[in-house]
Amino acid sequence: MADPTTIPGYLLRNMTEAPYAGSPAIREKHLGVWQTFDWKSYGENVRDFALGIAALGFARNDKLSVLGNNRPRLYWAQLGAICLGGQSVPVYQDAIATELAYVLAHAETKVIVAEDQEQVDKILSIRDQLPNLKLLVYDDPRGLTGYDEEILKSYEDVRELGRAFLKDNPTYFQDEAGKCQADEVTLIAYTSGTTGQPKGVMLSHANMLETALTFVRNEDVRRSDDFLAYLPMAWVGESLYGLCVALVVGCASNCPEEPETVMRDLRELGPTGIVVVPRVWENLLSNLQIKAADSTLLKRSVYEYFIRVADEVELAKTDGRTPSAFTKLMYRLGDFLVYGPIRDQLGLRRARWCYTGGAPMGPDTFRYFHAIGINLKQLYGMTEVAGLVTLQPDDQATSESVGPPCPGIEVKISEHQSEVLVRSKGVFKGYYKQDDKTAEALDREGWFHTGDAGLMNERGHLVIIDRAKDVGKLADGTAFAPQFIELKLKFSPYINEAVAFGHAHPFVAAMVTMDFEAVGKWAERHNLPYTNYMDLAQKPEVRGLIAAEIRRVNAGLPEVLRVKRFLVLSKDLDADDNEMTRTRKLRRSYITEKYGPVIEAFYGGSGEVDLQLDVTFEDGSQSKIASHLVIEEAA
Amino acid sequence: MSVQPSESAAVKLRVEDVSKSFGGVQAVSDVSLDVPEGLVFSIIGPNGAGKTSLLNMVSGFYHPDRGKVSLDGRDITNMRPAGRAHLGIARTFQNIALFRGMTVLENLMLGRHVRMKSGVLSSFLYWGPAQREEVAHRKRVEEVIDFLKLADLRRTPAGALPYGLQKRVELGRALSVEPELLLLDEPMAGMNQEEKEDMVRYVLDVNAEMGTTIVLIEHDMGVVMDISDRVAVLDQGMKISEGTPDEVRADPKVIEAYLGSSH
Repeated sequence: MADPTTIPGYLLRNMTEAPYAGSPAIREKHLGVWQTFDWKSYGENVRDFALGIAALGFARNDKLSVLGNNRPRLYWAQLGAICLGGQSVPVYQDAIATELAYVLAHAETKVIVAEDQEQVDKILSIRDQLPNLKLLVYDDPRGLTGYDEEILKSYEDVRELGRAFLKDNPTYFQDEAGKCQADEVTLIAYTSGTTGQPKGVMLSHANMLETALTFVRNEDVRRSDDFLAYLPMAWVGESLYGLCVALVVGCASNCPEEPETVMRDLRELGPTGIVVVPRVWENLLSNLQIKAADSTLLKRSVYEYFIRVADEVELAKTDGRTPSAFTKLMYRLGDFLVYGPIRDQLGLRRARWCYTGGAPMGPDTFRYFHAIGINLKQLYGMTEVAGLVTLQPDDQATSESVGPPCPGIEVKISEHQSEVLVRSKGVFKGYYKQDDKTAEALDREGWFHTGDAGLMNERGHLVIIDRAKDVGKLADGTAFAPQFIELKLKFSPYINEAVAFGHAHPFVAAMVTMDFEAVGKWAERHNLPYTNYMDLAQKPEVRGLIAAEIRRVNAGLPEVLRVKRFLVLSKDLDADDNEMTRTRKLRRSYITEKYGPVIEAFYGGSGEVDLQLDVTFEDGSQSKIASHLVIEEAA
Repeated sequence: MSVQPSESAAVKLRVEDVSKSFGGVQAVSDVSLDVPEGLVFSIIGPNGAGKTSLLNMVSGFYHPDRGKVSLDGRDITNMRPAGRAHLGIARTFQNIALFRGMTVLENLMLGRHVRMKSGVLSSFLYWGPAQREEVAHRKRVEEVIDFLKLADLRRTPAGALPYGLQKRVELGRALSVEPELLLLDEPMAGMNQEEKEDMVRYVLDVNAEMGTTIVLIEHDMGVVMDISDRVAVLDQGMKISEGTPDEVRADPKVIEAYLGSSH
C-alpha cells in the first residue's frame, strides 16, 4: 500500500499490515496493571465505536467532542468520528460548564463522549443550550446508575450496537473511511485565546499528516517508541503528537492512570519520547527542589554541589568554553551519583528526546534539565499551523531560541511589529464560522500571522520575544517584554505565577502568586502556622521569602528592568476566573482590568491595596473575597 | 439518591429488644430496628444517646445484655466479630483506626485478610495457590482503589495523609471486605465542606453501585436528611422515633430531644 493521504488510511494500514498490526498502539492502567492494545485491536475498537454511532445516526460532517483526560476510548471515539467523515472537536476537560456551552454550541456538536460522571453532569447542566446534541456517551459508569436521561449511553452499549451493525454492514466502515479526502476538514481545535471567545481552528487530514510527517523527518522517531500521552486532549499538540505522529509511525501512546499519578506512571513507563507543556517541567523541578530541601544535610549538600557542577558545565557549553579537567571529572562523578539517579527517578532514563512546547519556558528551568543530562528541547507551534513551526536539533538546544524552521515550513518576520509569519502545508483552513477572523489572520499569499513578536538570529534560529501586542516600552523608552521577567520569576520554587507590569510606567512592578506546596513546606520548616492558601499568602514572613527570591532574580536583570515593587496575591491565578487560558497563558488585558487598583497602587506609591475579587469555584458558582494586600519594595 | 426498594424488601439487619449497660449506665435499652436490604439507614441522636454502643453490638464489638441481633434472618447475637466479617459486615470507626505506618495499599489488603484462605504454611511457600489468591485479592483491592480514586496514594503511608483522605482509606478498607452491610460511624465528623461532599458522594455511590446496605451514624443533620432512606432517632438509650427523613423531622419527640424542653 502506498503512503496513505488520510488519517483513516493510516489507521487501516496499521490495523491490517505487518509489522504495525501486532505492535503496541496504546496503553492504559486498569486496576493497577498496564493493559496494552496493539494496532489491530486499536483499529477494531475504533471501528466498533464508529459503527455504533453510525447506527445511532452519526453522518458525514457531523461533529463529535471528547471531554476528559487522556483515555484510549476517547482517542478511539475521535478516530471513529474522523473515519466516518465527521469532525472531531475535542474540548478542555477542566473547562467549566459555561465555557463548554459556548464551544459545543458554536461547533454544533452532535455526539459527546465524556470520561465520567463529573463531565456528564457538566453537559447535562447546559443541555438546553446544546440543540444539536443527540448523544452523550460515558466511559466510566461509576455513579451514573440512577441516571435515566434519554441521550445518555454507555461506551459499552455503543460498542455493542457497532458490533451488531458490523454483522449487517461488513464493509460500511472501510467504505466510509475510503471516502475521506486529504483536503477535508477533520479536526476543529478550539484555541483558548488570550482575548475574546475561543475560535474553532479547522484542520484537514493533510494539515495534520503533513505536519506529523515533518516532525518524523526531523526527529528520531521509531516504531518501537513509547510516548507519554499527557497533553490535554483538546490541545492541537495532543492530536498531532499523541494521535497523528503515533499513527504515522506506528508507535505507542501511554495514558497516565490519573493526572495525579503521572509522576509515578512516568517512572513505570520510562517513555522514549515526551512532549509536555512547560508547566509539567516546572512541576518536576519544584518537586525535586522540595525533596532536596527536605532531605538530610549530607544528601542535600551532595545534591547542591553536583547541581552547581552541572550548571557550570552547561554554562561553559553555551558560552563555547571548555570546562576545567577537574570540573569534567566531577561532572562524570555527578552523573553516577546524582544526575543518573534523578533521570531514573523522573522516569526519563530511556527518553531520547523530550520537548517542551505550548508556552515559553524560563531559561533556568531549561538549563537545569539540560545540565542533568536530559535532552530537553523546545518546539514552537500553534493550533493554526497544526502545532509545529520550529524544533531544536539535538545539539542546538538553547533557551534563547526555539530552533530553525523545519524543512518545508516557511517563516518570515513582518516589517510591522516584527510579527512572526508562517506558511506551510499545516496552515489551517480557517476559523469555523468566523470568516472575518480568518481574513485577519491569514493573508492572500497564505501566510499565517501568529501574533508573536520574534526575530531570526545569526544562526537562522527563530527567537520569540513575546506576544507582539504585549511588548511595550518603559517610560524612558527601554523595551520591555513582560514574559521575559515573568519566566525568570517563575523559576523560583516558591513562585507559581507572575505578572509583570511596566509599559508606559517608570519602572517594573510584579504581582506574584506563591507555590502553595513549596511555601507550605517552607512554613512547616519554619514553624509558621497557617490555615489556608489565603492566610499563608498574606503572612509577612512569606512576603519576606518572596522578596528574597525577587532580589535574587533582580541581580540577574539589567538595572532598569529590575522589579522595584511587588505584591503577593491572596489567590492563585486561575483559568476558572478567566485570568488564564486553559493552557495556562496569562490573559493580560483581563488581568490589567481586574487588578487595576493594584497597578494604581504600584505606581501611585501606596503601600497597600484593598481588593474585591470574584472567585469562581470548579462547579461554576461564584463568590466575592475581600483581601487587604501589602506592597513590598524589592529594590 | 438510592433506588427505593419495594415494600417487600428483605430485612438485612434485625435488632430486637437489645439492651446494654456499663456498670450503672444504661447505654441502650430495648431498641429494635429493621434495616431493609439496599437502604441507607441512619441512626441519629444527641451525644451519649447510645448510637455507637448499638453499632458495636451489630459489629460484635460488644455483646448485648438482652435481646437479639440477626443478619439475613440468622442469629448473630453471640458471634465473634471475625465471624460477622465473614458474613459480610464491615465498619469504619469514629476515630480513625488505620495502620499509620503501612501504605494505603497495605491497609486495604489487610481488609481482605478475612477472605484469605491460605494457611500459614502455604503462605510461606507463596507460589501456587497462595499466589493466585493474592492476585485475586489484589484485584478486588484495585477495584476499590479505582472506585474511591485512591490511585495516586497507593504507596503513601496512611499516617501521612490528611484527615479527610484517611477517612476515605478507612472506607476503602471496609469496602475491600466486600461487605453486604456497611456500618459507618460518623464518617464525616471533623471534615470540611468539600471533604464532606466527597464522602457523601462515595457513600451514595457505594449504596447505588454495589448495592450495599448502609447503616450510618452521623451528626451532620443536613447530610443525614439528604442521603438517608430511613432514619432512627435514639435518646438516652431508647429509640424515640423512626421513619423517612421527613417524618422524623416533623416528629415532636425528636424536636424535643434535640432542642430539649429544659433548655
